[in-house]
Amino acid sequence: MTLHGVILFHTTSSVLRAEKRLIKEGFATRLVPTPRQFSSDCGIALRFDWNDHERITSMLGEEKVEFDAIHFLDANPV
Amino acid sequence: MIYLDQAATSWPKPPEVLKAMTDVLENAGGNPGRSGHRLSIAAARIIYDTREEISRFFGVSDPLRVIFTGNATHAINLALKGILKPGDHVITSSMEHNAVMRPLRNLEKRGIRLSIVQCASNGTLDAKDIGGMVASDTRLVVMAHASNVVGTLLPVAEVAAIVHQAGALLLVDVAQTAGIIPMDMTAMGIDLLAFTGHKELQGPPGIGGLVIADHIDIAQIDPLICGGTGSRSESEEQPDDLPDKFESGTANLAGIAGLGAGLRWLKDRGIEEICAHLKTLSRMLIDGLSAFPEVKIYGTLDLARSIAVVSFTVAGRHVSEIGFRLDEEYGVLSRVGLHCAPAAHKTIGSFPEGTVRLAPGVFTTTDDIRLAIRAIGRVIRS
Ligand SMILES: Cc1ncc(COP(=O)(O)O)c(C=O)c1O
Repeated sequence: MTLHGVILFHTTSSVLRAEKRLIKEGFATRLVPTPRQFSSDCGIALRFDWNDHERITSMLGEEKVEFDAIHFLDANPV
Repeated sequence: MIYLDQAATSWPKPPEVLKAMTDVLENAGGNPGRSGHRLSIAAARIIYDTREEISRFFGVSDPLRVIFTGNATHAINLALKGILKPGDHVITSSMEHNAVMRPLRNLEKRGIRLSIVQCASNGTLDAKDIGGMVASDTRLVVMAHASNVVGTLLPVAEVAAIVHQAGALLLVDVAQTAGIIPMDMTAMGIDLLAFTGHKELQGPPGIGGLVIADHIDIAQIDPLICGGTGSRSESEEQPDDLPDKFESGTANLAGIAGLGAGLRWLKDRGIEEICAHLKTLSRMLIDGLSAFPEVKIYGTLDLARSIAVVSFTVAGRHVSEIGFRLDEEYGVLSRVGLHCAPAAHKTIGSFPEGTVRLAPGVFTTTDDIRLAIRAIGRVIRS
């Protein structure tokens, strides 16, 4: 079973900008409604494979992609 | 019918533009950025993709620095009123459209000092004259890339160098040139660029934007309109994030989709080719009109220094009569009068009567121009 993480953002534009960069780097991502246990400013979040989480975190940092927070998603469906 | 009023708004629009507009309303009708469901995301993607295309088109690297507005007027107001504070000095040219002049006159009443640099009677601006006006409190210089009355290009890159030397900002109104002249904000030294979608960018009316260069600190720009953005909804304060800080209220989704389609259409056609085509038409117009001794043509008449906007008057005749008869008798559509630019007409010496303006576009053919010249000949000889 794939474990997932989510990245939260302040604005829809910044989610879409980050999504494009991650796809370009070959990461598997998906836009999802923000899981309800996390409060977020914007209704959509970016879900990714938790195995990639370190690489994604450093890539977002290096490329100065602004985001709000990164969370691990437990197995409970959201 | 021969439509020679492309400088007012382009017509017809490429079919792809109309299709993109109906498609988006049919298939992506959610409110972008307000909800997390698929229709909202589909709408947000179309807006983001168009932002990206515009940022590439004008040469900025961050798509979030493209702020959508209703038109160029709105974008110019956002930049001027967002940046200028009482006590600031602002410089503009004497060839400006009222989209620039009226907000500046309005700001003048609120304690902003305005200087207007006089252009030559052919509409040209000597960048050194801007240099002579720059003072320690000069915050901004605003000018058109090309005049909507005579098509004369203003020396943006030269002015940029002077403006930056003085530590001020340069706002350029590219309403008349975007889509017909390749543009790179970084190379040209433009800090803020105001565009409108409905002219040669081939988009629909009601969409435009302000593009903010990558190096500009947005903290120095106040929003013109505050309100809901879908972001940071817990707060009653306007967010500082781009583009939300400057984009309150539901976006013009269909307009943005149409503008995106217009940009893709332009890319397929090739701006260089469009530019060459318009030069051919412009040459024909100038040569054709020059054959009538009673016609006075304004501007530089130099294709290297102007775009395809040709203004003329006829000795002893009213411009409104000429425009009316061209339309009624020959189906040639022009625009007569002051073209929302009284300062420009004063500069070229055609105030208050104005001129007859002919502005061909990408769909105008050489036959159209031949017929238009023949029609003008008949109108002025009878
Ligand atoms: C030079 C120039 N600036 C600004 C504008 C205003 O454009 P809009 O009416 O789309 O805001 C126009 C067009 O009318 C123009 O020609």
